[in-house]
Amino acid sequence: MSEEHHDCCAHHSQHHELVIDSLRVTYRNTLALDAVSFATSCGNRVALVGPNGAGKSTLLKAIAGLVPRSAGSIRWRGTAVKRWSSEFAYLPQREEVDWSFPITVRGLVEMGRYPQTGLWGRFRPQDAEAVDKALASLDLLELQHRQIRELSGGQQQRSFLARALAQEAHVLLLDEPFTGLDRNASRQLGSLLEKLAHEGRLVIASHHDLTTAPRLFDEALLLKTHPIAFGPAAEALSEANLDRAFGQTSDQDDRASTVAPTATL
Amino acid sequence: MDLLSNPFYQRALAAALLIGFANGFFSGFVVLRRNALSVSALSHTMLPGIALGILMTGVLTQASAFLGALFAALMVGLGSVAVARGNRIAQGTALAVIYTTAFAAGVALLPRLDTRQELEHWLFGDIMAVANPDLWVAFGIGSFTLLVANLLMRPLLLTMFEPNVAAAQGVPVRAMQYLLFTLLVLSLVASLQAVGCVLSVGMLVAPAATISLLTDRTNALFWGGGALGAAGAVAGVLLSVSLGLAPGPVIVMLLGLCFLAAWIFSPRYGVIARRMR
Repeated sequence: MSEEHHDCCAHHSQHHELVIDSLRVTYRNTLALDAVSFATSCGNRVALVGPNGAGKSTLLKAIAGLVPRSAGSIRWRGTAVKRWSSEFAYLPQREEVDWSFPITVRGLVEMGRYPQTGLWGRFRPQDAEAVDKALASLDLLELQHRQIRELSGGQQQRSFLARALAQEAHVLLLDEPFTGLDRNASRQLGSLLEKLAHEGRLVIASHHDLTTAPRLFDEALLLKTHPIAFGPAAEALSEANLDRAFGQTSDQDDRASTVAPTATL
Repeated sequence: MDLLSNPFYQRALAAALLIGFANGFFSGFVVLRRNALSVSALSHTMLPGIALGILMTGVLTQASAFLGALFAALMVGLGSVAVARGNRIAQGTALAVIYTTAFAAGVALLPRLDTRQELEHWLFGDIMAVANPDLWVAFGIGSFTLLVANLLMRPLLLTMFEPNVAAAQGVPVRAMQYLLFTLLVLSLVASLQAVGCVLSVGMLVAPAATISLLTDRTNALFWGGGALGAAGAVAGVLLSVSLGLAPGPVIVMLLGLCFLAAWIFSPRYGVIARRMR
């Protein structure tokens, strides 16, 4: 599995391109996202940044196929993604997960194989192998029989990442992965995402901490229903751009926690 | 034990085994979906259903009771889904209003029916009275539930854990939810004979609820629930004779005691274990 990913994009990233074109999502007559276009490729970590209600989660869900898009297109490796691609994996925000669901870490990671086995297909030895590999590469083998609630925040994130690896996903869509993690877990996740991108995956994550974004991500999309800036993280998140997204508050702390007075929606 | 050669007794044990296993297995879904209260609502709905069945056909037979119960449970369950779709009323609220209304109608109808005596059998069950056709019904419903649930286990689990991810992967989420509901109603109807409509909730919730205190493995919830349900039902029938009590209540009390014991003594999630930590 990891062999395949190593070759994925290291040498020919232009073939593994994700192109979002004029994406629009509306919820019951409310415009959640409009005219979002950007292109990126494997090997990158892309931060989605913007005030609360800017549409960061919606964009992740729209790419993952969890919410219908009302206009626009998504192309992955040159092909249009109609609804969902088994090469995309979505990692939900912590509070959206039913942590008391009686499922073990291993059971969760096994769910990553459903797209491969088909919904009624049998679990084959290579599926178990992929699960073992995913667990091992995220250092979860010893925790595999724990119920998911009994894990720390960092371990829970890793479990969902392991599910994405078991799925052999190329594009990882993470909703606020750093929220609620302590400093060590946060650092660990940071280097993990770096490694996953380095192996040739594309990591796209919503992120609300402006101070860490340039360090943790290669590129950033600044968003406020409409895209405001896209490019290398430090450039996209320039003072001028942030002022456009968050309004004219010069108070850095205020922005860091995205308590923006102009938050829409 | 010459009791065991008694055909009534043999049929009762067979029915207990079948119904106990199928309903215990299905209780895994009830526990995972956290909808024990709606199960309770639906079970009460079967009373007016049976009353309606008698009213329509004029007699209390196996068929009229089953069909009436099935019809009422479907109407109330689907009605609550339809009302809740408007988003203003939560489904639990809708269900509570509709099922109490239906139950009230059943209570109002009862004095007008001259089969009141026998109706008690349906309220509280009479497993000693099961005939061979009843056994076939229990066997048929049980096998159908087990077969469908096992074939569709993966999409069903994914639907319950992450409905939006399931939908994105092409699982027909709404169809899965209707399927679970249909299986639930069938299981309820199957347990009518054993424990009656009111106590059927016990067989459809307690087994997996007990197992969920003992393990985190999703599989164990279903198969363990089935095993516990079958064991509890069979033990209930056996015990009821020596205790001189009706088997239905004994089955449900036994299952309740198992749950209580697990709640207290579970090595992982029990009260004692939590205190010791």
